[in-house]
Amino acid sequence: MKISAFWVCVVLIFLAGLGLTHAAVNPYYFNALYVILQATIMAVAWNILGGFTGYVNFGSAAFFAVGAYTAIALDKALGLPLPFLIMAAALVCGLIGLGVGYLTLRLKGVYFAIATLAMAIVIETFVNNWSYVGGARGVYILTPEKHLWFDHYIEMLFVVMLGLALAAVAISRKLNSSRLGRGLAAIRDDELAAECAGVPTLRLKLVSTTVMGAMMGVAGAPYPFFVTFVDPISAFNLFVAVNAIAMPMIGGTAHWIGPVIGALLVGSLQEIITVTISSELNVLLVGIMLVLFITLAPQGIVGLAQKLRRRFFR
Amino acid sequence: MSDAIKGLLHLAGRILGALAVAFALAGPAAAQEKKPIKIGFSMALTGGLAGAGKAALIGMEIWRDDVNKKGGLLGRPVEFVYYDDATQPAKVPGIYSKLLDVDKVDLVVSSYGTNEIAPAMPIVMRKKLVFPSLFGLAVNDEFNYDRYFQIMPAGPKPKTDWSAGFFELALAQKPRPTTIAIVAADAEFALNAAAGARENAKKFGLKIVYDRTYPPATTDFTPIVRAIQATHPDIVYVGSYPPDSTGMVKAANEVGLKAKLFGGGMVGLQFAAIQKNLGPMLNGIVNYDFWVPEPTLKFPGVEEFLAKYKEAAKGKGVDPLGHYLPPYAYAYLQVLGQSVEAVKSLDQAKLAAHMHRATFDTVVGKVKFGKNGEWERSRVLFVQFRDVQPDNLEQFAGPGKRIVLHPKEWKSGNIVYPYKK
Amino acid sequence: MFSFDLLANGLVAGILLGGFYAAVAIGLAIAFGQLDIVNIAHPAFVIVGSYIAWILNSRLGLDPVLIGVMVAPVFFFVGAAIYRVYYAAFERTGQESLSGLAFFFGVMFIIEVLLILVYGVDYRLVNAGYIGETIEIGVVGIPLRMLVPFLVAAALTAGIYLYLSRTFMGRAILAVAQDRLALQLMGADPVRVKQFAFGLAIATTAVAGALLIIIGPVEPSVGRQYIGRVFAIVVLGGMGSIPGMFIAAMILGIAESLVASFMGPSWAPAVAFGLLLLTLAVRPSGLFGRQ
Repeated sequence: MKISAFWVCVVLIFLAGLGLTHAAVNPYYFNALYVILQATIMAVAWNILGGFTGYVNFGSAAFFAVGAYTAIALDKALGLPLPFLIMAAALVCGLIGLGVGYLTLRLKGVYFAIATLAMAIVIETFVNNWSYVGGARGVYILTPEKHLWFDHYIEMLFVVMLGLALAAVAISRKLNSSRLGRGLAAIRDDELAAECAGVPTLRLKLVSTTVMGAMMGVAGAPYPFFVTFVDPISAFNLFVAVNAIAMPMIGGTAHWIGPVIGALLVGSLQEIITVTISSELNVLLVGIMLVLFITLAPQGIVGLAQKLRRRFFR
Repeated sequence: MSDAIKGLLHLAGRILGALAVAFALAGPAAAQEKKPIKIGFSMALTGGLAGAGKAALIGMEIWRDDVNKKGGLLGRPVEFVYYDDATQPAKVPGIYSKLLDVDKVDLVVSSYGTNEIAPAMPIVMRKKLVFPSLFGLAVNDEFNYDRYFQIMPAGPKPKTDWSAGFFELALAQKPRPTTIAIVAADAEFALNAAAGARENAKKFGLKIVYDRTYPPATTDFTPIVRAIQATHPDIVYVGSYPPDSTGMVKAANEVGLKAKLFGGGMVGLQFAAIQKNLGPMLNGIVNYDFWVPEPTLKFPGVEEFLAKYKEAAKGKGVDPLGHYLPPYAYAYLQVLGQSVEAVKSLDQAKLAAHMHRATFDTVVGKVKFGKNGEWERSRVLFVQFRDVQPDNLEQFAGPGKRIVLHPKEWKSGNIVYPYKK
Repeated sequence: MFSFDLLANGLVAGILLGGFYAAVAIGLAIAFGQLDIVNIAHPAFVIVGSYIAWILNSRLGLDPVLIGVMVAPVFFFVGAAIYRVYYAAFERTGQESLSGLAFFFGVMFIIEVLLILVYGVDYRLVNAGYIGETIEIGVVGIPLRMLVPFLVAAALTAGIYLYLSRTFMGRAILAVAQDRLALQLMGADPVRVKQFAFGLAIATTAVAGALLIIIGPVEPSVGRQYIGRVFAIVVLGGMGSIPGMFIAAMILGIAESLVASFMGPSWAPAVAFGLLLLTLAVRPSGLFGRQ
């Protein structure tokens, strides 16, 4: 009964997270965990299109930023509570994902990747000129007044992210092991053959881009409340896109747990380095890890684990 | 599959556990007789703002060493605990959270730039800490925090005070200019400066004939300058960052911009490497600055400080002269240190009250904060470049090249008008 | 606010800017357009070229373009060496594209940090006699600071185009892009050919870097701004086509310039990349690409 083992884990982890907020833990850890969980959602989302379906998305930052800006716009216009902002972000970014899927349906491989990059820049330019959300000047979002029963707003944000991350992982796992997932894998391995075999490639690709878009939007929605000041340069920044690609690659793109491992490992390392050695070495670390893992373990950590297992259990 | 994964997760758990223990042990060490006072902050040491951030850090370390040589604060040595925020606002909340909750610093100061100051505000506000800040434009307009203190001398209404002097200079000229072009980079500070300029233009009855922004990654500014020229403005106000400031000045020279007054809010024209490279192209430009080596600005201690900075900056790949940010980085710590000594404690409420009341003697002159934490009186200097020779760095170390035109009490010369090449 | 002056100047400025963009993109047109190597670190190599130009210019007073040409052979060998690693790790095992992309991402960050550690983060600029001078032809003003990079870029593009179509090695490079097996059957070693080509691609970054620092100030993270542009140019022009790349660079430069002259410069990136998206939607192989 493998499936219920997974769900038991999910519930346990969520309860552990809740428990953590009651324990006398430094708020710093919630800050760090928030960032790591955000990276996890982005990595899992990216992997749905990148790892499962084989289409490399270069414009992850755009989905993330649109999620954040949707939350900002609705917060300013209607003052909606966070759950509504998250749902709205999912809707808007899911639609953008759908649109991207339609517009790029003829593009393959690297052309698709360049198109996503171009789309991200076009969206960034529009946001830059949208003065309602501050445009290029940036906008201040004050931290939430109401944070349920938690002592500290960061605890609430942490629990929200934890819930969202677990949901994302569950969805990704479902996609991976379902019939849908096999269709996506067929597209990844050889799209032409898949079409010939009767796989509804267009529909599956659209599902893939929509789900990815919605998830990334969801990752971005609480961001304004975390960081207080949002401007396009920092919301659309390169590291969001790079991490979204690097983490699944390091973890392993074929399996749903790959991006989770990658995000936890790389995200934690980045957080630790930020507050210990600090400085340029943080960027150097990302670079070296990428190069080493990609050259020595091209299938990621999951692939490495599979190889070791075959070696030792033969 | 699941065995290998389980094994891996188990191993990962052990590693993380070990790291957590190491992390916890790295905290407060055994007690010493004179427990140091820890000042915590984040600073941009990589990324876009690193040039200024690293220079600021050098200035701050000089302050720390000066204070420790004299016996520290309240008899205790001063230590810094700082981390690189890589010019990424997302890193700032985590860093300040760690500084306060794990490293347990006694005092905090801000990083450099609005983007890096704002994310720390909710955290310091929650803990009711005094927050001396380094060069953010009008951050406190949003938060209205009564323990925020900004060392940049923008003035009580920072967005408009920033450019007010430029306009006052312009309007004192004869014949009175009537038209203005406003151009700014699409980024936080530049847009705010431009917005303030727009308000000032309306207030002083100037007609705005060009009002556009450009993306920061623009390579060639010639089309933009030509478009401005085509509207025949009397004065041109620019809000820009170092690479674009350089581009604009070069383009203005190449196109032969015929405005009567040119400059305003161009960041980067205060940096030694850029000044040296632009050389005579700078002549005539009237731009903001905060400290220049003119005889009217010889504040006590500033020349000593700059000499120490020059030594310390050698070989570090930062601004060799350090006139822009480092003196203010030194000053915002002076304000903090003097307050600690004055109230003889680290109590944040007492420190805040003192910082609002007192006038401080710093290397950038007398500092007095108003109610919103900004300077009570604006001291944005407007300087005009004159007699700049090509390819000479040392000329900027002394007086005569950046003449202070405004405000009156710091004036060191008269304006050459109109802006001529 | 339309005027003939502004239009003429905008066009000329766009052409000059486009030429510069071509110089930056040509290495990628070879590496990515012909060899299918997703070298996202290409702009980072250009920045290294800028720094080399800066240091030799400030120590020895040499002209930056001269420095670029002198240093190009060194870059060639570095490029060839990197290709060796890339080949051994990825191409031999058939793992390219995504893995190659991640690999070069890593290389890009490593280069950026090394630059920071060696040269620091202050802005660097160069001095040359022609920076600041303008030639006036009628209503059009041509700043030498933009003209010199344009001329060098045009020469570079022409030179590489002729090399690829006239020499044996050049044609081998074109061949390996089209049909690797056929090349092998004709007795040339595809790996050596690709190594040479990649070395050539990196060698161009030495010159492109010199041109970049002539135009404006450089600091280690400036490379990131060019990633989008160079890939857009190569894809827009068509994979494998050098003349296509040059024309695409012109289009990009002119679009940016005209938008800056007449609309708000803020919208320039949207126009430029919007054009790219349109082209990809209508003709995915680019303007002159192989089908």
